[in-house]
Amino acid sequence: MLSIILKRLTQSVVVLFLVALISFLIFRYVGNPVDNLLGQEATVQQRAALEEALGLNQPIYEQYFDFVWSALHFDFGNSYRGALPVAELISSRLPATLELAFMSALFAIIIGIITGVYTAIRRNSFLSKFILSISLIGVSLPTFLIGVLLIWLFAVELKWLPSFGRGETIQLGWWSTGLLTLSGLKSLILPSITLGLYQLTLIMRLTRSEMLEVLDQDYVRFVRALGLSNKQVHFRHALPNTLIPVITIAGLQLGSIVAFAIVTETVFQWPGVGLLFINSVYFVDIPVMSAYLLLVGGLFVIINLIVDLLYLIIDPRIRDNQLIGKA
Amino acid sequence: MNRFLKSDFFYDFLRAPIAVASFVVVSTLILLALLANFIAPTNPFDPASLNLMNGFTAPMEPNAFTGEIFLMGTDDQGRDLFSAILFGLRVSLFVGLMAVLLATVIGVFLGLIAGYIGGWLDSLIMRLADIQMTFPSILIAMLIYGVARGVLPPELRDEMAITVLILSIGLSEWVSIARTVRGSTLVEKEKEYVAAARLIGLNHSRIMIRHILPNVLSPVLVIATITLALAIIAEATLSFLGVGAPPTKPSLGTLIRVGQDFLFSGEWWILLFPALTLLALALSVNLFGDWLRDTLNPRLK
Repeated sequence: MLSIILKRLTQSVVVLFLVALISFLIFRYVGNPVDNLLGQEATVQQRAALEEALGLNQPIYEQYFDFVWSALHFDFGNSYRGALPVAELISSRLPATLELAFMSALFAIIIGIITGVYTAIRRNSFLSKFILSISLIGVSLPTFLIGVLLIWLFAVELKWLPSFGRGETIQLGWWSTGLLTLSGLKSLILPSITLGLYQLTLIMRLTRSEMLEVLDQDYVRFVRALGLSNKQVHFRHALPNTLIPVITIAGLQLGSIVAFAIVTETVFQWPGVGLLFINSVYFVDIPVMSAYLLLVGGLFVIINLIVDLLYLIIDPRIRDNQLIGKA
Repeated sequence: MNRFLKSDFFYDFLRAPIAVASFVVVSTLILLALLANFIAPTNPFDPASLNLMNGFTAPMEPNAFTGEIFLMGTDDQGRDLFSAILFGLRVSLFVGLMAVLLATVIGVFLGLIAGYIGGWLDSLIMRLADIQMTFPSILIAMLIYGVARGVLPPELRDEMAITVLILSIGLSEWVSIARTVRGSTLVEKEKEYVAAARLIGLNHSRIMIRHILPNVLSPVLVIATITLALAIIAEATLSFLGVGAPPTKPSLGTLIRVGQDFLFSGEWWILLFPALTLLALALSVNLFGDWLRDTLNPRLK
């Protein structure tokens, strides 16, 4: 058991260093930092001075360890645009993305589990079939199109909800929150639905199939035979057993929520990290790109590690067979 | 051809209405894109053919100034939307197909080598695939796009945008193909015909290409079709975000991006028609891919 955990940990560390290496290579070699900071007209002396200051004349492995070391201290250098520290840019935009990701995960999990359970229990009802066919269409629609269509319906035609931005925010220390104002909450609705819809359909289908499987098992038949009511059978005995895989899959989906937040944030002009990243791609702002890669890469590795370790604890079959998940 | 018409495959095809319908839609769209030059009433990218007076004409309604009628209306510059969609469709399909081709070539090559040669090369390739799998492919595509933009000199960025787009989507989608090919290769290389080929002294590359490759291609066809739908959506997403096809060579995604700006002023058609075209394309490629998977290789489900 311990050896598996150690092996898994080493794997994650190796992947982390690889991700760091890629972001370092991007940071160091894509576009010339000296040109970007000084412009083409700088003198040779100015260039040499800056190279010295940035440490570009040191051996390459030393530069790499410097890069990792500063990254561990949340120092990612300065953005080429506006010359602000990248760490500051990211931390000022992080609350917006985290609140959006949190709300859409919440939306996906709650609605996903409710509809999943419903469509499993009332398998043949009209509403179940309706929900399932709608979800099929939902899966085929690209995220950005869902966002645009929601804006069209709820912001342009019905004028119920705002179409862009976070609304009013309140500053709590360094964290700016939109959860405490009415306009902030209203602004969260459409982006959260857009971002969460795909995860919702996934969670719904998973809950449904797990529930159907569990309802077919002997112990469920047994508690039914004991004369428990349908409600008790479904919610006290069946539901908890379906939730383990659902929660793990939902956890794994956190990564793709972060990735697709880029798309959602662009559609709704949501001032988060994703919008920062897509702008950095557009304007070739290398330090921001490499810092984003590092952060998101780190996040993914950690999520995968936690999910794998959870599996190890939950499922003794994996423990015994020494099956090990992927990095 | 006669053999094909009498095959089980064709028989199954004719009896699956969804397959026939999606195939018809896809081939119609491909034809429209190929023949865009002849079908399109105007050349949407020739500034001389544009008449600003025609701007914002609603579909099928005569323009207030010129009296011209446009099937799908016009955009702000008086560009015929139907023509723009035909040419946009061509860009979307071209990028999608080329990206899948690239992904297939890389995937088949690496998968064959990993499966046939095995050993440390296999571990290396599969580890790489594992790592790439943990990141969503759209994120990888964006990153490659950004890096390529950084490497290119600014004046070439728009010109090379389509190539860069193909490269970034192709490189982000090879993993599933490589995995499938590796899996099938592992099975095939244990079979007698491979042993026989080795026995008569054929070299490894010949065995891989002439003997194993043809036998692992049918799952590749399935995965490539499904990947095509993914690639088309990825291209549309990147272009919609402004990091894909340039405004001078718009794809469906670029057109939707432009259309979104006019939603608030009530010109809904500039958004709706490109969006519907994209939806029809992605949906029918997806459905056809699903049917192909069920028919050719039920195990892939």
